[in-house]
Amino acid sequence: MKNTESKTGLGFVQGIKDGIPIGLGYLSVSFSFGIAAVSQGLSVLYATLISMTNLTSAGQVAGLGIIAAGGTLLEMALAQLIINMRYALMSISLSQKLDSSFTTGHRLAVSFGITDEIFAVASGKKGDISRSYMYGLIAVPFVCWSLGTLLGAAAGEILPARLKAALGIAIYGMFIAIFIPPARRSAGVLTVVLLSAAMSCCFKYIPALSGVSVGFVIIICALAASVLGALVFPVKDGGEKEEAE
Amino acid sequence: MSGIAIPVYIAVMALVTYAVRMVPFVVFRKKLKSKFLKDFLYYVPYAVLGAMTIPAIFYSTGNMVSAAVGCIIAMLLAFRNKSLLTVAAAACGAAFVTDLIMSYLIQ
Repeated sequence: MKNTESKTGLGFVQGIKDGIPIGLGYLSVSFSFGIAAVSQGLSVLYATLISMTNLTSAGQVAGLGIIAAGGTLLEMALAQLIINMRYALMSISLSQKLDSSFTTGHRLAVSFGITDEIFAVASGKKGDISRSYMYGLIAVPFVCWSLGTLLGAAAGEILPARLKAALGIAIYGMFIAIFIPPARRSAGVLTVVLLSAAMSCCFKYIPALSGVSVGFVIIICALAASVLGALVFPVKDGGEKEEAE
Repeated sequence: MSGIAIPVYIAVMALVTYAVRMVPFVVFRKKLKSKFLKDFLYYVPYAVLGAMTIPAIFYSTGNMVSAAVGCIIAMLLAFRNKSLLTVAAAACGAAFVTDLIMSYLIQ
């Protein structure tokens, strides 16, 4: 292990350092997730448990909606599969960069912590990455994500109603901050977001469609809009996140 | 809430989410070849966020006017490439102030 570290120069400590900015960002997102969770009727314990076992934002928010609506387990499984499918791509990409310290056991453990941000930082590193570095990189964001949820859920239970209601918009504000900048630069992303949002409105407001449950609405909108995006707006190679090297 | 216990929902969520990350990480050792599949996967997160945000954001504060104001503020700031935290905090602040003003006007 020592050899690996000196070869790449990236060990556990460097991983921790690189994980701190990610963790700080996660604190606020997970705080708003915690508030959303208790406002949907979940306990502080369950809210925190979701974050500790899932470590993802959009999937957790969708899961919350499905739990609150009393959806089926199939709906839950399919929704998580579709919403988190991007991680499969990141896992494939990142699996190319692992050094020889990554035995199957460590692959099983480290794969749990692959998020958009952790993937982006790890894949931006030159050369192969060691397992020590990955454990360090995942540690701080994991603690922050869990802690932020715990604090948000606890705060959600004691904050005045008016303030709690206003904080309900936080997680959607973050979603907007994620998709608007790339939508400005890319006609494909803009089209996909608008189409998906428009379809989602149809399911909400057209009486014949409004019976479809929340998880399936996300699945249908995401699949249709992404297929259209991939057909009509092929992504140029280079400059996109999965081509980070 | 339905008859399904919450820990069961959480277990299904966690297992599927883990499997999606783990299986390719452990099994795949080759690059993805299909251009269509890569492009499709590139668009999925944006499509998911679009469908999850609209129209749900307008129901997120219990007051459609305050939510709409918060949404507009968030979009304006995101358009200027402000950070996630700034955009989210400003959306909350705008929604809170709008709701406060409305409650005084209605009284």
